[in-house]
Amino acid sequence: MDLCELTVAEAMEKMQAREITSVDLTQSCLDRIERVEAKIQAFITLDRKGALEQARKADTRRRSGQAGLLGGIPVALKDLLCTKGIRTTCGSRILENFIPPYDATVVERLKAEGAVVLGKVAMDEFAMGSTSESCAYTIPQNPWKNGYVAGGSSGGSAAAVAAGECLVSLGSDTGGSIRQPASLCGLVGLKPTYGLVSRYGLVAFASSLDQVGPLCRDVRDCALMMNVIGGHDHRDSTSVKREIPDYSLSLVDNVRGLRVGIPREYFVEGLDPEVEGVVRKGIELLRQAGAEIVDVSLPHTEYCVAVYYIIAPAEASSNLARYDGVHYGIRDLNADSLLDLYKNTRSAGFGAEVKRRILIGTYALSSGYYDAYYKKASQVRTMILQDFTKAYEVCDVLISPVSPTPAWKMGENVDDPLAVYLSDILTISANLAGIPSMSVPGGFSRDGLPIGIQLQGPHFREDTLLRVAHTLEKGLGKAGCAKVC
Amino acid sequence: MKISREEVEHVAHLARLHLSESELQKMTEQLDTILSYVQKLEKLNTENLTPTTHAFSASNAFRQDEVQASLSQQEALACSPRHTEELFQVPRVI
Repeated sequence: MDLCELTVAEAMEKMQAREITSVDLTQSCLDRIERVEAKIQAFITLDRKGALEQARKADTRRRSGQAGLLGGIPVALKDLLCTKGIRTTCGSRILENFIPPYDATVVERLKAEGAVVLGKVAMDEFAMGSTSESCAYTIPQNPWKNGYVAGGSSGGSAAAVAAGECLVSLGSDTGGSIRQPASLCGLVGLKPTYGLVSRYGLVAFASSLDQVGPLCRDVRDCALMMNVIGGHDHRDSTSVKREIPDYSLSLVDNVRGLRVGIPREYFVEGLDPEVEGVVRKGIELLRQAGAEIVDVSLPHTEYCVAVYYIIAPAEASSNLARYDGVHYGIRDLNADSLLDLYKNTRSAGFGAEVKRRILIGTYALSSGYYDAYYKKASQVRTMILQDFTKAYEVCDVLISPVSPTPAWKMGENVDDPLAVYLSDILTISANLAGIPSMSVPGGFSRDGLPIGIQLQGPHFREDTLLRVAHTLEKGLGKAGCAKVC
Repeated sequence: MKISREEVEHVAHLARLHLSESELQKMTEQLDTILSYVQKLEKLNTENLTPTTHAFSASNAFRQDEVQASLSQQEALACSPRHTEELFQVPRVI
């Protein structure tokens, strides 16, 4: 096995034992990138030289006894996390020349723990999508099957980790953008509780829904990453002040007495039978391990997509107003009035999906329509939140599918936005309710495509999710890296 | 129809976007489909229900009013497509 296929924890052990160096590990990732990237297409920006330099520094740091929690681990970052001195495009032409003058808090934390940043990976433009096909630079492919999507919007992150191009990646999740690609690529992905991880330096899409989280090869790595990125940040005013537990303590194989809820609305028409089979197997495993299985109802699930596709575009239309061609990003330099400068710059810089969402959002917030759309959706959001509060009175964790189907062929549904929106039905309510949720590999379809299992918990109960995920992983196994050929 | 072509044109102007003839037609159709779909929310009685804008009731995050380090003028201007030594430049407004 190549070094680039190790988990973070395994690689840390080998480096600690002086069996390998960060330079070995980083070179292994760069070799893998060299071999498979033409097919995988995960990277928008790759910093080979900088990565090897960081690796050498990490090795020096380790020799002086200051390795850090991620000392020498090669990571790839979704291209919406600001990286000082490295271009950050958000998958959009409008930011094709944007070189941030500062690091996002999560990037700062990764670097402080010694991580090696290989580069920036593909995503749907401004994280608006479920397949990463709206990325203006490169469209990542599912490493498990040629011609299939890696999911989205953190598709580059998922493809890179599953193909062995990096050991771990950070993505962001506004409506499933970490969990769905993790599920489609056989990874563990976690969307933390809203406010647990700083959003400072994360390019904003929908500020009340966005969260940064890891995409990893196993549950242990996920706990490790949460130990690094979780915690209060004074630069994000929605960051929550609270004590963060050591998440690695959650990796105990004991779910005895834990109440696992099955939300009946999540097992609906349109659910692929193979996906349902994998989830049912996971439920059976937990039952045999001593968990108590309870039937629960989240009655407003069917309204989630409608609520989401008002609230997210509304917030996006406001957040994306900043792209005016004046302060950073591209500009139409020929415009002779300010209005033309705005219009020409934005029209040339944004792709179709982004324009569509800006238009929906602007409409929903506009005078005369605000109450009917935005206010109404925000009220139904309250009902969705209440559904979860009620469910967590009778269970500790919810188990369900992540995506109604395994990965699909590239190019499907590109002209039918609503059909793609509906594929998010199982993941978006966690963002609306701000609860933590994760995807754990459950098995494969007959076609060899990974299928994930989704866990959702009450606010700040990432520890419970990790505990259940750990048990599932022990019983169902890890997906490992895809053999890209 | 939930939304007319003229309304899409107006909203595009509010959002500072130009739409080509074909974009305008396609967007009108797609927005109409989406807005018709979200109409299902009307079935729910939400009277007297407090809207949720954040999953937590976030209160203001204050800090002491002390001067802290921030980006230098040079760094802040560095990404601008057109600027002087100390100002962002745009076409004449008045």
